[in-house]
Amino acid sequence: MTKEVVQLDQVIIRFAGDSGDGMQLTGDQFTSRTAEFGNDLSTLPDFPAEIRAPAGTLPGVSAFQLHFADHEIMTPGDSPNVLVAMNPAALKANIKDLPRGADLILNTDEFTSRNLAKVGYDTNPLDDGSLDSFRVHPIALTSLTVEALKDFDLGKKEAERAKNMFALGMLSWLYHRPTEATIEFLGNKFGRTPEILAANIAAFEAGWSYGETTEEFSVQYEIRPARMKPGRYRNISGNVALSYGLIAASERAGIPLYLGSYPITPASEILHELSKHKNFGVMTFQAEDEIAGIGAALGASYGGMIGVTTTSGPGVALKSETIGLAVALELPLVIVDVQRGGPSTGLPTKTEQADLLQAMFGRNGEAPVPIVAPCSPADCFNAAIEAVRIATTYRTPVFLLSDGYLANGSEPWQIPSIESLPDLTVQFASEPNHTNDDGSMDFWPFIRDPETLARPWAVPGTPGLEHRIGGIEKADGSGNISYDAANHDKMVRLRQAKIDGIDVPDVVVDDPSGDARVLLLGWGSTFGPIGAAVRRVRSEGLPVAEAHLRHLNPFPKNLGEVLKGYDKVVIPEMNLGQLALLIRGKYLVDAIPYNQVRGLPFKAEELAGVIKDVIASV
Amino acid sequence: MSEAVDLGFPSLRLVPKTEAPQTAKDFKTDQEVRWCPGCGDYAILAGVQSFMPELGLKKENIVWISGIGCSSRFPYYMNTYGMHSIHGRAPAIASGLAMTRPDLSVWVVTGDGDALSIGGNHLMHALRRNVNLKILLFNNRIYGLTKGQYSPTSEFGKVTKSTPLGSLDYPFNPVSFALGAEASFVARTIDSDRKHLTETLRAAALHEGTALVEIYQNCNIFNDGAWDPLKDSDHRDSLTFRLEHGKPITLVDGSRGVYRAEDGTLQIADVDEVGRRSLLIHDAHAADPSVAFGLSRLSDPLSLANTPIGVFRDVKRATYDEMFQAQLHKAQEGGRGDLAALIAGKDTWEIAP
Repeated sequence: MTKEVVQLDQVIIRFAGDSGDGMQLTGDQFTSRTAEFGNDLSTLPDFPAEIRAPAGTLPGVSAFQLHFADHEIMTPGDSPNVLVAMNPAALKANIKDLPRGADLILNTDEFTSRNLAKVGYDTNPLDDGSLDSFRVHPIALTSLTVEALKDFDLGKKEAERAKNMFALGMLSWLYHRPTEATIEFLGNKFGRTPEILAANIAAFEAGWSYGETTEEFSVQYEIRPARMKPGRYRNISGNVALSYGLIAASERAGIPLYLGSYPITPASEILHELSKHKNFGVMTFQAEDEIAGIGAALGASYGGMIGVTTTSGPGVALKSETIGLAVALELPLVIVDVQRGGPSTGLPTKTEQADLLQAMFGRNGEAPVPIVAPCSPADCFNAAIEAVRIATTYRTPVFLLSDGYLANGSEPWQIPSIESLPDLTVQFASEPNHTNDDGSMDFWPFIRDPETLARPWAVPGTPGLEHRIGGIEKADGSGNISYDAANHDKMVRLRQAKIDGIDVPDVVVDDPSGDARVLLLGWGSTFGPIGAAVRRVRSEGLPVAEAHLRHLNPFPKNLGEVLKGYDKVVIPEMNLGQLALLIRGKYLVDAIPYNQVRGLPFKAEELAGVIKDVIASV
Repeated sequence: MSEAVDLGFPSLRLVPKTEAPQTAKDFKTDQEVRWCPGCGDYAILAGVQSFMPELGLKKENIVWISGIGCSSRFPYYMNTYGMHSIHGRAPAIASGLAMTRPDLSVWVVTGDGDALSIGGNHLMHALRRNVNLKILLFNNRIYGLTKGQYSPTSEFGKVTKSTPLGSLDYPFNPVSFALGAEASFVARTIDSDRKHLTETLRAAALHEGTALVEIYQNCNIFNDGAWDPLKDSDHRDSLTFRLEHGKPITLVDGSRGVYRAEDGTLQIADVDEVGRRSLLIHDAHAADPSVAFGLSRLSDPLSLANTPIGVFRDVKRATYDEMFQAQLHKAQEGGRGDLAALIAGKDTWEIAP
């Protein structure tokens, strides 16, 4: 039976189910096939902090949203066109995000009176008319899966567990996704248990055939590959891209990478990823706590490695004292903060940008630390390289501020050539640098490079350069303990001047018409939503300019001029106005903050509304 | 990073050896030592500086790392590489350095507050991991640098500025703590006994893995005389057990000895009463740490009676840094990773121009 094929330019699908239903895996596989097919895409996994909340409850709902299109897209999408809900909880938790007319694929087997009651449905939404404004596809996913697997020697529970593969097969048919690689993936995952493997493949194929034959779906959809810049592509998530960026930086510097870390959501995946790549000389150490993680990384930096520590906001709080020590010692160190909702434990699995001021100021004394922020999942690769460049060139700890959305989200990435990556060769100190009064040569650890103000990186094992450093204030030059007032004043200013003088590229303004009077200024993961919103506003003929900051400390040198060129500056952030505070303080610009802290990225439509209101007010 | 050299110190076999003969003077810096006159730290510093030449290592391959406290000023006075870090964190920093640089001899200096209060967690984990670090814990049973508050080793009921009615904390026994934390080497010595201090440093340096050396050290300003009973020539021999591997455990004066009672506990009795043959023979290399632990419990924290001095435990266990490096080498046996292949991954597609 051949069904009509309808061309679409984009689709947003959300898979939602219980934490144990395998929604993240289903979403990942659908994403991989979509990438392989050549669509542009953007993903948003959204899962609870609990590993397995009680089955069928609202707190246990785990979701994965995928936006894919035949053109360039910037966000995982505001509202899904399609919701796959594996139970009533998944429906209830997600239905408010769906526009009228969206497709609802509901697993009817789970819509039992008990499950409905568990989430507070008095009547069954399948037949009470509450879903009349949607296109509902009631499908008995569980029993269809069990039926498809009846010839396998599996218990009912085991057979039921393959229902996500049935759903994946069905969706793969519906959206014309390739299937070979999914089957290959299952082979790798379940290869050691042939019966389970065969069952999963059978469920996947049964789902595909069901889509083809059922009258539930009258049409099949096709989303043509996107026109992207020529080159080789892969799909990549932020945490993986960040890990690869660190490895690439180590290779380009010719210095081994050392990670000292303590597991924390949503940063642990970087520890896992780097631990797999010891064949690049990458050293990873799971420490006893956050403080030991950064301590060991600093010890490794002192020994001439690229010391890195990875964490999230609560971990940064614990590491603050050691970051201050690294500022005082003037040693390279990269602190990766994959931000999550705060304060305290906050929302471990949700995204936020509220650690900017912690990174900027969260230490005792005058302790400036450069801050670099990636703007998309793939951009984590470049941002990691940039963080290492600054750390090693200027002998300073550097913050790399990712967030939960970038960490877990993914997008196609044009794979760069190794030669195109910056050369990060480091010059270690090898000779004495100071002549004593008696003419003898000595090594002074705090004589600075006149250009960068960086001090020499003299690693233990280098003869003749034995020296002592510490957290106590040091005399300019010799590095000996000094409590001298004038010296302290000088050293504080020198450390600040070193960071202020870091060479960072100018911020680029995107203003195609040149007529804009309103500037959107963002940083970090708001890049996608801001870009999508700006595009919408421009499509209505309204001019608006956009600039995105990769460097939060120091700011690009041209930023002040850029800001003064616009009547209004709007700063959307997933916090209560942290960048806006810095911009107002430094440039005396009356920036307009727009803030949300909902644990999710901005919606482009909402942002577009905000922009239009500001334009109207000019 | 350097050629392996056999020094007779197995723990230091990867650390390059010096060709020029060294003296204690080579390890002195031009910095004025700023401990209070009469501080026990002076004796330890002199003891360490005299011992260092015996290792025969290149000075540039020796690193001293400390935390915060009076003892932690130590690195400034050693003409090697050194880092005076932050309170309690020296074992963590030193671990990162030692596991990445097998060509270095890494020493940690800490105190009872630094190691056992704020830094207890790091000390515990360094000990269980068995990183090749030598940790010297100067125990003076007081906070000196903050001017005289009780420490985690202060005796119960101690009256200090922060405990005018007496401290309510039961004290830590650093040796018991270390043994409980799976330490492979634990010893105790005294600042004023140069010969014993040197012997103990030597044993620690010979050990492969983390060595914890507790050094009873006098703070003559805030807790003067804390260890006097063990130093006073009239009493010390009747209060101190000198632990020597393979020898019966008796007080230095030979009057009393340690034996195992029927209930399995270690007991002390007059040697004449139980007979010399019943005395426990010290086995520092025993795999089971329970006897060493029992020995660490003999002393009375108030009177200091029955205090064992010497090496409690010295056993061979694979070191963290060695296994860490072995994993790295093994991963690279098949050749170094290919960066281009790594970042491309297995699942790519081509967009044609």
